[in-house]
Amino acid sequence: MTNDLQVHVRKESSYAVISTDGYINNVGGEKVGEIALGLVDEGYKNLILNLEKSNVVNSIGVSILIELVERIQDVEGRLYFCNLTKVIAKTFTIMGLAEAAGIVDTEAEAIVALAAPQEA
Amino acid sequence: MAKDPPGAGTSKEINLTIPMLPNMEIAATQTAEAVARFMEFDPDQIDAVKIALIEACINAFEYSNSSEGQVYIKFIMNPEDLVVEIRDHGQGFDPEHPAALPKKHRGKGLTIMRGLMDSVEIASGPGGTTITMSKARASR
Repeated sequence: MTNDLQVHVRKESSYAVISTDGYINNVGGEKVGEIALGLVDEGYKNLILNLEKSNVVNSIGVSILIELVERIQDVEGRLYFCNLTKVIAKTFTIMGLAEAAGIVDTEAEAIVALAAPQEA
Repeated sequence: MAKDPPGAGTSKEINLTIPMLPNMEIAATQTAEAVARFMEFDPDQIDAVKIALIEACINAFEYSNSSEGQVYIKFIMNPEDLVVEIRDHGQGFDPEHPAALPKKHRGKGLTIMRGLMDSVEIASGPGGTTITMSKARASR
């Protein structure tokens, strides 16, 4: 049983969207992290992580996402999560990810949030 | 009016044994989803049961040090709630003082289970650990 996480990337002029499909566990979290940091290296410091097709996560996967958020903040980048199920949003809150990253309902809201000036 | 199925109003059990292998927790969530759907849980309740069960399974996988490498899961469908019991025959731990984990941001599994389920009880000792969690049926 592999349950490989599928990841799709869409690059726009000022941001990139990473869309996941499947289980975000340790392997899935690392896959997302590698892709996101690769985008940062390419110059995309504004990222959106769309979890519309991921309805299960585990705490190891979420801990890797927290580390990803910290690394993106280190380079003054921004990451917004969108399309979370209610239970994943609650899990993010319990894990402390909701405090570290922006969480919005839709991709459109994430794009608007990224267009706003970054707080000092 | 729809007729109740045979045995309605009594508790029913489903037992599942999974090996401690990567992603086998997903096999457990597939059974959990089928059981919760049968009990007419709503989608958020089903997701909560699945994620809490994943956490219980990976706790056993990662920290039980079980030599037999099996996790025993029992789903008990009661008229009022779903009870999920997750048992391993590992070395056990002190739930009040779990061991500190070397990696940052880890060790939140029990907190997640408690946040998503209505009740979580842990019995742990040298013979292993049993986590018993419950979720009330969706109101109809």
